Amino acid sequence: MKPLLVLVVCGALAASLIAQEPGVLRFGGDAEGGAPFMEADPNDPSRVVGFEVDIAALLAAGLGRTPRFVQVGFTTLDPAAERGDFDIGLSGIEDNAGRRARLSVTVPYYEFREVLTVRSADAARYRSLADLRGRRVATLGATGAQEILERARQEHGLEPVVYEDDVHPYTDLAVGRVDAVLLDAVLAERGVRRNPALTNQPADMGAGHYVGILASGQTALRDRVDALLRDAMRDGRLQAIFTRWGMWNEDQPRLYARVLAGESGRSEGRSEDRPLRQTESPAEATLRYLPALFRAALITLALSCVSMALAVLSGTLIAVGRVYGAGPLRALLTAWVELVRGTPLLLQLFVLYFGFEAFVQLPALVAAVLGLGLNYGAYESEIYRGALQAVPPGQLEAARTLGLTQWQTLRLVRGPQAFKFALAPMTNDFVALLKDSSLVSMITVVELTKQTQILAANIGSWFLPGLVCAAMYLAMSLPLSRLARRLERRWGAGIHA
Amino acid sequence: MSALAVRELRVDRGGRAVVNGVSFDARPGELLALMGASGSGKTSILRAVAGLEPVSGGSIEFGASGAHVVRLAPGPLPRGAALRALHARVGMVFQFHNLFAHLTAVHNVWLAPVHVRGEARDAAERTARRLLDELGVGARAEARPHELSGGEAQRVAIARALAMDPPVLLMDEPTASLDPERRADLARTVRTLVSGGRTVLAATHDADFVRGCADRVLQLDAGRISGG
Repeated sequence: MKPLLVLVVCGALAASLIAQEPGVLRFGGDAEGGAPFMEADPNDPSRVVGFEVDIAALLAAGLGRTPRFVQVGFTTLDPAAERGDFDIGLSGIEDNAGRRARLSVTVPYYEFREVLTVRSADAARYRSLADLRGRRVATLGATGAQEILERARQEHGLEPVVYEDDVHPYTDLAVGRVDAVLLDAVLAERGVRRNPALTNQPADMGAGHYVGILASGQTALRDRVDALLRDAMRDGRLQAIFTRWGMWNEDQPRLYARVLAGESGRSEGRSEDRPLRQTESPAEATLRYLPALFRAALITLALSCVSMALAVLSGTLIAVGRVYGAGPLRALLTAWVELVRGTPLLLQLFVLYFGFEAFVQLPALVAAVLGLGLNYGAYESEIYRGALQAVPPGQLEAARTLGLTQWQTLRLVRGPQAFKFALAPMTNDFVALLKDSSLVSMITVVELTKQTQILAANIGSWFLPGLVCAAMYLAMSLPLSRLARRLERRWGAGIHA
Repeated sequence: MSALAVRELRVDRGGRAVVNGVSFDARPGELLALMGASGSGKTSILRAVAGLEPVSGGSIEFGASGAHVVRLAPGPLPRGAALRALHARVGMVFQFHNLFAHLTAVHNVWLAPVHVRGEARDAAERTARRLLDELGVGARAEARPHELSGGEAQRVAIARALAMDPPVLLMDEPTASLDPERRADLARTVRTLVSGGRTVLAATHDADFVRGCADRVLQLDAGRISGG
């Protein structure tokens, strides 16, 4: 009874934390964005600090409420706002027509320029997007910069590489995995500050604005927030915040003048106002994305097949080493298997792709195949080891008395029988790998789940894209699951001695 | 001339001597039976002679003429070329047959001639079918081990050992899995092998079988020869 009680109490506590409380302003953001937006306070990591936090405090004070931070991943801020996970999202969120169509959006409170960053050695070569034909250009997902790069893919034939965070585009640029980064000036300044070998190009790449986002039904609160922001523009409190964070510049007074004059503040011709196919329904958008989803499904399938091949190969070598090897080799292989099985696959992917980049810069696909293949190889090795040991020892002795060498015995007698034992669990593992391959989206590989996420972000809904994506995974995994069951019926019961 | 000479053989297991100072010779064309209760050491002697159990003391020699002698002495189990030389001299039929479960009967028989002796697959398979015919299981050539009766499996196991044509054949409890009628068949089969000049060393506690066809009996008790 006791565990149940604890569960109920925890559930109730969690529910009360999530539910709207009067007197509290829940502001959503992604602390991974880091300074100056928001980051964990170095003196008290349970708190966040940053200009967005200061703005949230300013708004909460104006509303007579207490601010409370809600952590939300940057690329899922829109659906979280609409669902009511927080009252207002403040996280360097860019204004665009799609957001305005779907959500309640505040007046813009900061104007930024998009900046192209390159390695200093390439500063003369890559001045604009047109110079980057055939080159990889990094950016952060769900930003105006990504939109610009998608258009440049068609116009200039460059290859956009979309990251989940705003730090690694710059570190990957420094080590040569990409040839340029397009992001807003705030991030670009920080990127260059942290990576001295990089240079920001002066060319005008377009501009954008940060806004707060609220659920579409929250227009009354949005209007109160707008009034508070205008007050803060007038009396210099916003300027004080941006000055404190080293972001104040001559673009801001012009923006404030436009906002206070009752204009939208959104100047024409900027990236945010390019048409975004607002009139398209989710079904039409999904249909338009279908070829891209099919391509992404093929990448998922190919990635899974190659990774599984590596898993089978490494698993076989490890299993044979653990069954036949000398003591030190066995101990080493056991340690490897426990290390791989005892740590998260996602962590292994990060370490392979980002952690080792000072020594070896693996292309994302290679890191993905290595990560998935070696991770699953550890699991496969346990299956194969068990299967090898399931072959009756009497048969191995019989092979020996016939003069077969140990290698011949493995190849002709033990291996073929172990393979039959292992086939069904192996097929099940392949189905699991197919689904786990979605994790590699975290290291910039655009596979099925990532492509779906992009589509969902663009149309502002996960419903239809989620269904289509699920159907594609099922179409790939169901036949395999059936195959596994058939193999299990045929061979899983064991080979009769 | 002896086909097999065992001298002061000791086999240890778990720090205890399970065979302790056993010596005997076996001649070509002789069926020598090792008899004794369970744990008397008869199976351990067979396993040591087959190179499955390390020799702790003494020696085992195959063949009498100088240069061609194959010798097992204390030390690690033979590997590679030494293992092949040993198994050109001695084959074994296990109590539970130990047929390769994934292969048909005839494939069980031709596997070693092809992979150990490098014979052509066709020739080896013809020989295998002839051996199965001679042993009366030619009709079961395509059956898998789990489809065979105990007697059929044993005859396939004998064919598998004979396919390598060893001068010495070891049989562990050959009558254990057979009904009385089949035991008579087996006795005839073994006599045929022996009359062809082969040496058969059989560990058994089947007194009827021994009376029916053994040329000589060694009685074992607690790892030593107590009579014979």
